[in-house]
Amino acid sequence: MNKMQKALHELAEMDELAARSSPIHSLHPAAKLIATIAYILVTLSFDKYDLSGLVPMLLWPILLFQISGVELRSCFYKLRIVLPLVMAVGLFNPFFDKEIVLRIGPAAVSGGVVSMLTLMLKGLYCLMASFLLMATTPIDNLCAALRQLHVPKMLVTLLLLTYRYVGVMTGELAIMTEAYHLRAPGQKGIHISAWGSFLGQLLLRSMDRAQELYASMLLRGYHQHFHYADIKPFRRRDALYLIGCVLVFALLRYGKIAQLLGSAIVR
Amino acid sequence: MIEFQNVSFAYEKGRPVLRDLSFRIERGEAVGLIGANGAGKSTVMKLLLGLLQGEGKILVDGLEVKRETLGEVRRKLGFVLQNSDNQMFMPTVYEDMIFAPLNYMLSREEADARVDAVLARLGLEDLKYRYNHKISGGEKRMAAIATILAMEPEAVLMDEPTSALDPFNRRLVINTIRELLQTKLITSHDLDMILDTCGRVILLSGGRIAADGPAQTILRDRVLLEANRMELPLSLMGRE
Repeated sequence: MNKMQKALHELAEMDELAARSSPIHSLHPAAKLIATIAYILVTLSFDKYDLSGLVPMLLWPILLFQISGVELRSCFYKLRIVLPLVMAVGLFNPFFDKEIVLRIGPAAVSGGVVSMLTLMLKGLYCLMASFLLMATTPIDNLCAALRQLHVPKMLVTLLLLTYRYVGVMTGELAIMTEAYHLRAPGQKGIHISAWGSFLGQLLLRSMDRAQELYASMLLRGYHQHFHYADIKPFRRRDALYLIGCVLVFALLRYGKIAQLLGSAIVR
Repeated sequence: MIEFQNVSFAYEKGRPVLRDLSFRIERGEAVGLIGANGAGKSTVMKLLLGLLQGEGKILVDGLEVKRETLGEVRRKLGFVLQNSDNQMFMPTVYEDMIFAPLNYMLSREEADARVDAVLARLGLEDLKYRYNHKISGGEKRMAAIATILAMEPEAVLMDEPTSALDPFNRRLVINTIRELLQTKLITSHDLDMILDTCGRVILLSGGRIAADGPAQTILRDRVLLEANRMELPLSLMGRE
């Protein structure tokens, strides 16, 4: 199995993860979507030096991982490419912000280091929350929820088809990469001289395939209206989950949990 | 059921793929459309489904295939693509099967019942909730046929339905095709399968009909087949 086939397999595995059954999986997708957005907004709202306030925000994704049965390691494994990029966002902060804001024993910590760690944590939390949403909600259900929330039909269809198109493109890339390596044994990656034609071919092939897929949809009665999954109505437990999440986020944001825990330990 | 009246088509100007093609397929008939590569078989299918527009007239159940009638025409025709991966675009077999019935405004309960009936008829109940990326090529082909049957089409069109299948799965597909009561139009290079499933054969060559008649006659005519870059079905070799 080459890298691309592996990527394709991993993409398909997300559908399987989302189809599992757990108390989190069975929640209404709109409740999960709103809770995730709220979590991301609250996480991003922390001040760049408020590292201690941000740490307890980890509780929510950890709790969700536990209840949903989604393995934490599968999250880090699937996000292994994007995670370093997100974490690298604040990498240069220590060079620009050298003001000492904290002393841990004899060691002085600059504002740049704190803000870098804060940014890293924010990125990590947001990715974990997004992953949890995708791993516990099938894309069709998510799209159905978006429609229920009155997101324009065109945008939702675009989201769904883009999600599917990524699979088509990766599939074509897997075939082309395999064909390339069979005729270039021992070579690592694609040689730079072949990049242009490789990308051009990839685009043409995936467009051809996408066109055939679209024809297949048209021939089965598709007319710009996707019948998303038949999701259950919004129940009391969904409302409770949503209210509970918002309360917990408010508590984590304004309750100074870290300070309270710290003082309790010191006492 | 299906009628082509003087149909011509060219992808590029001055290079016609089909020239003045006329034929008629009656309701319930099983017709094999054969010919060498580039003879125009797939083009015939695409024209019939309204995916391409050519000159001349194409009728499906009395309806002319044109922009205004496409919805109605396509509802009557179920097309099984050669590449099942392009047909099965949803995550699971069930979601793929329910796609067309829902588009045709059936309630979810009715669509579910239809899916279950088709799966039971084809003996594919085990496949219902399987993931498309995890089923074998043979299972995928059978599932692709099932997605089309869930539409309850009046005619089934198939493009190379037995390509890339092992002997067991090929036989399974052939038996399934034989049991279908709908009008059938099948394009294939697998002439043994055509002999097994179709009563009539249309042989295309250079965009024209080179022969049209009973499968048993045309597929036994070595001279005719070889003149059109084909050869006898394997099962008939040495017996003609």
